[in-house]
Amino acid sequence: MLSNAFINACVSLLGEKNVLTKEAELIPYSYDATPGIPREIPGAVVFPETTEQVQGIVKLCREYKVPIYPRGAGTCLSGGPVPLSKGVVISFQRMNKILEIDTDNLTATVQPGVVVATLNAEVAKYGLIYPPDPGSMSVATIGGTVAENAGGLRGLKYGVTKHYVMGMEVVLPTGEVFRFGGKTVKNVTAYDFTGLFVGSEGTLGIITEVILKLIPAPKYRKSMIAFFDTLEDAGQTVTDIIRAHVIPATLEIMDNMTIRTVENFAKVGLPTDAAALLLIEVDGNGKDGVEEEAKKVVEVIQKNRGKYKVAETDQERDNLWAARRAALPALAQVKPATVLEDATVPRTKIVDMLRAIQEIAKKYNLTIGTFGHAGDGNLHPTILVDPMDKDEMARLDKAIDEIFDAALKLGGTLSGEHGIGVAKKKYLKNELGSSGIEVMKRLKKALDPDNILNPGKLVPMED
Amino acid sequence: MGKSIFENDEVLKRELIRCMKCGNCMAVCPVYGAEVKESAVARGKIALGEAYLEGKIRDKDLMNLIYNCLVCKSCMLACPTGVKYDKIILALRHKLAKDLGKPWIKKLAFWSLTHPSLFDKGLKAFSKMQGFFLEKRGPKLRAPRAFLRTLGKRFDESFVLPEFASKSFRDITPEVIEVPNPQSTALFFTGCSINYLYPEIGGDILLVLKKNEIKTLIPKEQNCCGMPVMVHGDIEKAKELAKKNLDLFERINPEYIITGCASCGSALKHEYPLIFEVDQEYETKAKKWAEKVYDITSFLLKVIKLKKPKAELKLKVTYHDPCHLKKAMKVWVEPREILKAIPGVELVEMKKPDACCGSGGSYHLAYADTSLKILQSKMEDVKNTRAEVVATECPACMMQLGEGTQRYKVNAKVKHVISLLAEAYRRES
Ligand SMILES: Cc1cc2nc3c(=O)[nH]c(=O)nc-3n(C[C@H](O)[C@H](O)[C@H](O)COP(=O)(O)OP(=O)(O)OC[C@H]3O[C@@H](n4cnc5c(N)ncnc54)[C@H](O)[C@@H]3O)c2cc1C
Ligand code: SF4
Ligand code: SF4
Repeated sequence: MLSNAFINACVSLLGEKNVLTKEAELIPYSYDATPGIPREIPGAVVFPETTEQVQGIVKLCREYKVPIYPRGAGTCLSGGPVPLSKGVVISFQRMNKILEIDTDNLTATVQPGVVVATLNAEVAKYGLIYPPDPGSMSVATIGGTVAENAGGLRGLKYGVTKHYVMGMEVVLPTGEVFRFGGKTVKNVTAYDFTGLFVGSEGTLGIITEVILKLIPAPKYRKSMIAFFDTLEDAGQTVTDIIRAHVIPATLEIMDNMTIRTVENFAKVGLPTDAAALLLIEVDGNGKDGVEEEAKKVVEVIQKNRGKYKVAETDQERDNLWAARRAALPALAQVKPATVLEDATVPRTKIVDMLRAIQEIAKKYNLTIGTFGHAGDGNLHPTILVDPMDKDEMARLDKAIDEIFDAALKLGGTLSGEHGIGVAKKKYLKNELGSSGIEVMKRLKKALDPDNILNPGKLVPMED
Repeated sequence: MGKSIFENDEVLKRELIRCMKCGNCMAVCPVYGAEVKESAVARGKIALGEAYLEGKIRDKDLMNLIYNCLVCKSCMLACPTGVKYDKIILALRHKLAKDLGKPWIKKLAFWSLTHPSLFDKGLKAFSKMQGFFLEKRGPKLRAPRAFLRTLGKRFDESFVLPEFASKSFRDITPEVIEVPNPQSTALFFTGCSINYLYPEIGGDILLVLKKNEIKTLIPKEQNCCGMPVMVHGDIEKAKELAKKNLDLFERINPEYIITGCASCGSALKHEYPLIFEVDQEYETKAKKWAEKVYDITSFLLKVIKLKKPKAELKLKVTYHDPCHLKKAMKVWVEPREILKAIPGVELVEMKKPDACCGSGGSYHLAYADTSLKILQSKMEDVKNTRAEVVATECPACMMQLGEGTQRYKVNAKVKHVISLLAEAYRRES
């Protein structure tokens, strides 16, 4: 329970309408999009609109010893914004102004609550894009995606969130405001603070402003879809495309289980006997260059015995993409709940990883459909379960353990883009070792000595 | 016989767990857009539903939040896992109504007149006395008198309503309208809004059907579709009304059923099969008749061949998609095709034609602030088109938009799509 004095202080700082305290209003802040993790109802939810207000809240929380949980859209897939120790949730959804779009320096300066898709719609007016495009971009916020270092479909060619953050303003857990970076492309002053705060999952500082890099929107693009009889052929195609020095904007893979489910659900005309399909899009600013790359990709597909179709019109492109868009909705129809993982391996190990996942599915008698970003090795094994089936849920836990094991054995990582949060904290040591955990603890203690900011996440303090 | 979602918490729970909490619904929910807090959106309400079923919460705040939804179904279109939110929200309200008692709900829903049996008598009496409550504000327009303003936020200076007709549409219309060589026979399901508030739209629909050589049946016995009581969680009452309507359809056995109101259409086509789930007899009937229900524009274009009007109507028109028409009945091409078929009509699209207008039955009275915020952004989009007419296909939207034009000083008339078509036909002769 938060004291009345604390609540009253929040109200006088933010105004009544920006402080929620009724239980019914708080329950919807007890979760994010992560399945199967504990929920907790916060003591209050506050909506700041300025950096000063954020600073004011931090000061109050320090005074009253209240844990702070920053929250964007709550689409996190690792438990990041869940208020595990109650405390106060700071929602950034009302701190959502685009402060500036600088079309000469190609930057956007935004408040943390700006929705990724909204930013993209705004900069599109100037022929620009902000490339990181997570599947959740219609609602996910800049603050949340920066805190998670979110990736997306275009990651292979355009990189992920960290490649587009040029500077930031954060409110530290100790209450100071700290600005670093700026509009310059080059900046080596002091430590690389951007690298420190991007992906810090709301545990080191509260992001209150971000300067982002924009790029010109590619003018031409060409999409194609290819089907393969064996996983090996699909995997080899991915490798060969890169060897041919083509870097597609998207290079997505779908396994047979996913293909069958999508076809069953959406009837988009996929061959249900294919072992895998690849969805490939090349783009660029020169028409000839794009055509040339598309031709090279087709050659690679042919060499690897793939059947393919190239989209000639926007309508045809849309049809090809319909298959990918239907992946999650289709899989979700099979069982009441879906568990979406994001174990990631080097690109050359994709086939091994897909095989490993299929074996784990068999071993634990689970339905797993895998799709994902083949180009960057970021796979999304999607495990379909019924939460009311206790036995199945127990098998699910074991399967997830083994999936992470497999990824690490192949030289991969626990998480390509969804983050560690609470869901994957227990695996952290397997990847980083004791020294790595120690570094994390020291960093956390240095910046947040009282462990007041997003406690219980990312850093295994208890280890 | 299995149990339905309205009778069994386990069935409801199974629907609730389908929500993966992805948050996609936030991108489209009008209530979330206006209030920017989790409890406003489908995901939040589903979480509240889960907590409610687990016995963690059961109070008036919960009730207030569960009713803070337009049931516009926008979220369902954005939902990757196909959560049946429409069913969930009805079931939650049904359960709350039983648990917390109806009086409370009635208070909340006071202005929707939840008793359709009294509807007819009540409204007719009201039409005679309306001068007492509502002062005239121009032709066929009424505004609340000052003493009413204490009743609710919405009843301020700018609140206006269409005048209640002293004789209802069905009162003044014969039950059968013959044409020389009928292409087909259709039952016109008028719904309450057209019957009591917009009889002229009923007249326009009849004119259009006649012109297109449709024998039309307008049985006086038809009832309220049940949507208003249904969305307040009174499923029993809704079933009662639905049964009467379905039995009537069985008896008359028309080839088609036509609606001019998106909410009635949605009720007949989608909600009836839903509320009768596991009641075999009526579920079968509901599904059978659902197949034959068409909104008037789809009927004119898909079932029969529209007679193209010849006279010109020089008008710049923008079209507002009623949620129940686009998101429940999946109709958005046909009304636009009808508009484009009228010579002289120039159709200009507004920014987000399918954004909800914020009406939502009694929502616009019970949650006036949010409703007006949603309406205001709709009216800005209308204004930016500089259209002379904003056309739509739902009387409830018309009421809301009509008020919007007054409140936000937008120079556009609000018309039913069919009224424009009828006007073009009239000009031919
Ligand atoms: C359907 C679906 C598809 C997805 N697809 C992708 C994908 O393709 N790629 C990908 O990378 N992710 C994806 N995600 C995961 C998720 O969308 C991302 O992690 C996203 O970055 C979260 O943003 P958010 O605004 O929802 O943040 P939240 O979930 O609210 O928060 C995420 C973390 O950021 C912290 N945080 C939020 N705001 C601030 C702030 N202002 N300052 C400091 N910390 C803050 C929170 O404390 C939390 O730890 C997907 C999720 C879903 C449900
Ligand atoms: S029905 Fe409409 S108002 Fe209700 S939650 Fe869905 S989108 Fe929001
Ligand atoms: S879009 Fe559907 S699955 Fe996602 S949170 Fe909303 S209701 Fe749940």
